[in-house]
Amino acid sequence: MNRSELPPRGSWDVIVVGGGNAALCAAICAAEEGARVLVLEGAPKPYRGGNSRHTRNFRCKHDGPLSVLTGTYGEDEYLDDLILVTKGKTDEDLARFTIRASQECLPWMEAHGVRFQPSLSGTLSLSQTNAFFLGGGKALVNAYYNTAEDLDVTVRYEAQVSHIGIEADSFKHVEVSFSGGPVERISAHAVVLASGGFQADREWLVSAWGPAARNFLIRGTPYNRGVVLRDMLDQGCESVGDPTQCHAVAIDGRAPQYDGGIVTRLDCVPFSVVVNRDTERFYDEGEDVWPKRYAIWGRLVAGQPDQVAYAIIDSTSLDLFMPSVFRPVVGQTIEELGEKLGLDPAKLAKTVVGFNAACKPGAFTPTELDGLSTEGIDPPKTNWARPVTEPPFYGYQLRPGVTFTYLGLKVDKTARVQTPSGALSNVWAAGEIMAGSILGQGYLAGFGMTIGTVFGRIAGREAARYVLNNQEIADVA
Amino acid sequence: MSLELSQAVSGSTAEARRQIEICNACRYCEGYCSVFPAMTRQKMFSDGDITHLANLCHNCRGCYYACQYTEPHEFALNLPAALAEVRQESWERLVWPAPFSRLFHTHGVAIAGMLVAGISALFAWIAALPEGAGDGFYAHLSHNAMVAVFTPAFLLPLVAVAIGLYRYWRDVGAGPITLRDIGNAFASAATLRNLDGGQGQGCNFEREDRYTDLRRWFHQAVLYGFLACFAATSVATLMHYFLDWQAPYGLFTPPKLLGVPGGIALVIGTSGLVWLKMRADPKLGASRVWGGEMAFVLLLGLVAASGLTLYAATGTFAVSSLLALHLGSVLALFLLLPYTKMVHGFFRVASLLAEETKRKV
Ligand SMILES: Cc1cc2nc3c(=O)[nH]c(=O)nc-3n(C[C@H](O)[C@H](O)[C@H](O)COP(=O)(O)OP(=O)(O)OC[C@H]3O[C@@H](n4cnc5c(N)ncnc54)[C@H](O)[C@@H]3O)c2cc1C
Ligand code: SF4
Ligand code: SF4
Repeated sequence: MNRSELPPRGSWDVIVVGGGNAALCAAICAAEEGARVLVLEGAPKPYRGGNSRHTRNFRCKHDGPLSVLTGTYGEDEYLDDLILVTKGKTDEDLARFTIRASQECLPWMEAHGVRFQPSLSGTLSLSQTNAFFLGGGKALVNAYYNTAEDLDVTVRYEAQVSHIGIEADSFKHVEVSFSGGPVERISAHAVVLASGGFQADREWLVSAWGPAARNFLIRGTPYNRGVVLRDMLDQGCESVGDPTQCHAVAIDGRAPQYDGGIVTRLDCVPFSVVVNRDTERFYDEGEDVWPKRYAIWGRLVAGQPDQVAYAIIDSTSLDLFMPSVFRPVVGQTIEELGEKLGLDPAKLAKTVVGFNAACKPGAFTPTELDGLSTEGIDPPKTNWARPVTEPPFYGYQLRPGVTFTYLGLKVDKTARVQTPSGALSNVWAAGEIMAGSILGQGYLAGFGMTIGTVFGRIAGREAARYVLNNQEIADVA
Repeated sequence: MSLELSQAVSGSTAEARRQIEICNACRYCEGYCSVFPAMTRQKMFSDGDITHLANLCHNCRGCYYACQYTEPHEFALNLPAALAEVRQESWERLVWPAPFSRLFHTHGVAIAGMLVAGISALFAWIAALPEGAGDGFYAHLSHNAMVAVFTPAFLLPLVAVAIGLYRYWRDVGAGPITLRDIGNAFASAATLRNLDGGQGQGCNFEREDRYTDLRRWFHQAVLYGFLACFAATSVATLMHYFLDWQAPYGLFTPPKLLGVPGGIALVIGTSGLVWLKMRADPKLGASRVWGGEMAFVLLLGLVAASGLTLYAATGTFAVSSLLALHLGSVLALFLLLPYTKMVHGFFRVASLLAEETKRKV
C-alpha cells in the first residue's frame, strides 16, 4: 500500500500510549513497517521515558561474546535464573520465547541508536548477563526518540490518555487530554498500550497493600498511575500477576517521594546491624549476598512499625559498598548516633552491645559468604557478623521503595491483549503493563527492559502489519 | 589536603561536590570520559579532587543529556556547568596575577581592548620608524626589533602559566611522573580522545541529545593549525639566525609550508567553533565567561586571517597596515595567553598527566 491509499490526514494508523522503552520500540517498528504513528506520552518532555529513563541495563541471552557481553548466557541458564526469583510464577512458554528473542534485541538496539558500555564499576557480577547502556536509560530513551523522529513518528507530550474506546472487540479511539486541557478523541486503526504499571497511584497501592503503602517511596516516574491498565481491566480484559504485590527494595529513607531512581539504593545491609523504630533487630542481615537479597528488604521494612528501619555500621565497613547519594548520619558513640537518628539511644546501644557479644572470632570476607555468624541471638546474622565497635558510627534510614507493580494485561506471543472471549482484534500491549505474564513475582535485574524491548518490537510490528495488510479498514476510515 | 590555595573555596566547588556525590552513587555516565573513572576512586572529595575532576572535563555535555536528574528534578544535575565553573575558577585563582585572569576571562570587551591597544601600539611603532632598510615587511619593522618585543611578550606569560601549573599540581595532589604517563597524557591530548564521547560517536555540544563529532574536528583544526603556525614561526627564527636565510620566504619554504595550511586550518577551526558556540546551550557551560571565550576564539581567528592576508598582500601598499594588524593581534594573543581560554590547553594536559599519576595509586 502506498501513501496515497492511506486514510485521510488527521487519522492515524497506530497510536502508541506511553513514552518509555516499550512504547518507543513499538513506535519505531510500526513506523519502519510503513505505518503513520502517533505517540502519546503523558509526561512533559523533560520527564519523558517513564521508568525506562532510570534503567541501566538489560538482560540478554547470548551464545557467545556479543557486543559488550562476555562469555555465554544460554536459554536454560537464563530460565533457571528467572524461575529462581519468581519461584515458578512465570509462564514458561512465554518466558522461553522472551529469552530467545532477547538475543536479537541487542543488535537491533545498536542499529537504532543505543550504545552499550562494559558493566559499571561495582557491578562486575552482571558483566556476563546484562548489557549496560552508555549513559543509562535516559540516553537510550533519547536515542529512540531521535530514531522515531527520523522515521516521521509524531510525538505529543503531556498527553494523558484516560480511556481506550473499544466497540465489539475492536479499538476505535483514545480519549486524551493535552496539557490538562479538555478530553479529545483521536481515532486510529490500531493501538499499542505501553503505559507501565500503577505504582505511582498511591490510593491504588493502599487498596492493594494496605495503609502501610502511604509510607512507601516510589523509585520511578510519578506518571505511571495505571489509568489505562484500570480502564482496560474495567472493560473486561484478562489480567495476570498478583494484584496485591509490588516489587519493593529498601532505599534511603531521605529519598524524594518519586523519581529518586538508582542513587537512593543502599547496599550496606549485609555489613550492618539493622533495627526498627523500636531499636530491635528483625531479620538476618547476612542471609545471602546482597544482589540476591536486596529485593526482599523492601517488604521486610514495609512490615516494620512506621515502615522504617535503620542500618548501623562502624567505620570499618564504610568502604565496603557503593556510596549512597545522601551522606550517612555520624555519631562518635552509638548513643550519639541513636540520638541523631531519632532512636532511643540507650536501647540502641543495648541492641548493638548484645549483637557485638554474639559475634564470634573468624575471618571476615566481604565479597563472599564467609559463614561468620552470630551465636545466641535471634534473629541470627549468618554471614559477615563483625562487631560494630570502631567509631565513628554511621547510620542510614531505610524505607521501602517501589520499583513496579505486578498486575498487568494478559497477552499472547504476538502481544495481543486478551479477553475471556479471545483476543481483541487491534489492541497490543508491551512492557510493564503486560510483564506480569512472565514476571509474576520477584525480579531479575535487567528483565524489565528485556520484556519491553521484545514485546514492544512485536507489538509495533504486528499493529502496523495488521493495519497495512487490512485494506478494507484503511478504506472505510 | 588543605593547602593555603584552597582557602577560597567557593560556592561552585561545593555545588560541584554535591553533584559529584550524586554521580558517584549513579555512575551511569562512566563510559563517556575520564572524569567518571577518576571519580569512582573515592567517596569523599577534597577541594583538590574537585579541581582535578573539573579540569578533566571538556564540556562534551554527554552526561547532561543522559542524566535522569536534570532540572526540573530536585537533584538539579548539570555536571557540565558545575565543572565548567570550578574549572574556570581554578584558572582564575591559580594563574598569577589573579585579577588579570578574572578580568579577561569574563570580559570579551577587555580582550577587544587589549587587541586595539596591541594594534595601535604596532601602528605607532611602525609609523615612528624611519623607512627601513630591510626586505619585505622587515622594511617596516626590523627583525631584531620584533624579537626584542615579542620574546618577552611570549616568555613572561609563560612564566605566569608555569606558576599556575605549579600551584595546580600541588592543589590536586598529583604523584610523581613517569615517561609513560607523559606519553599517555600527550596521546590523549593529541587525539582529543575524551572528546569522542567514549566510543567515537562524538559529543552533545551543539545538537542537544544527538551526538556529533564536529566540535572535535574543529578543535583539531585549531589545535594543529595553531601548532603549525607556531612551528612556522619557530622554524623561520631558526633559519634567520642559523642559516642566515631571511624573510620573505617563498611558498615552498618550511615556514610557508607550515604557516599557510596552519593558518587556513586555524581560520576554519575558529570559525567552526564560533558557529558551534552560537548554537550550543550557554547554560551547560560557565555562562559568565561566554563573552570572554567568544572574544578569545575570534582573536585567534583574527591572528590567522590577518597572517594569511598579510602573506597574500606581499609587495602591495597594504603591507604596513596589515603588518600592524597581524602583529598587534599576535601581541594581544601572547600577552593574554595566561588569562584567556588559551590557558585551558596547559591545564588540560596537566590534568591528563595528573590523572595518569593518580590512576596508578
Ligand atoms: C530506579 C529503577 C531502576 C530500574 N533499573 C532497571 C534496569 O537497569 N534494567 C531493567 O531491565 N529494568 C529496570 N527497571 C525496571 C524498568 O524501568 C521497567 O521494567 C521498564 O522501564 C518498563 O518499561 P515500559 O516502557 O513498560 O514503562 P515506562 O518506561 O515506565 O513507560 C511508561 C510510559 O507511559 C507513560 N504513561 C503512563 N500513563 C499514561 C497515560 N495515562 N497516558 C499517556 N502516557 C502514560 C509514562 O509517562 C511513561 O512514559 C528499573 C526501574 C526503576 C524504577
Ligand atoms: S550525570 Fe546524572 S546520569 Fe550521569 S552519572 Fe551523574 S547522576 Fe548519573
Ligand atoms: S561534560 Fe563530558 S567530559 Fe564533562 S564530565 Fe560530562 S561527559 Fe565528562
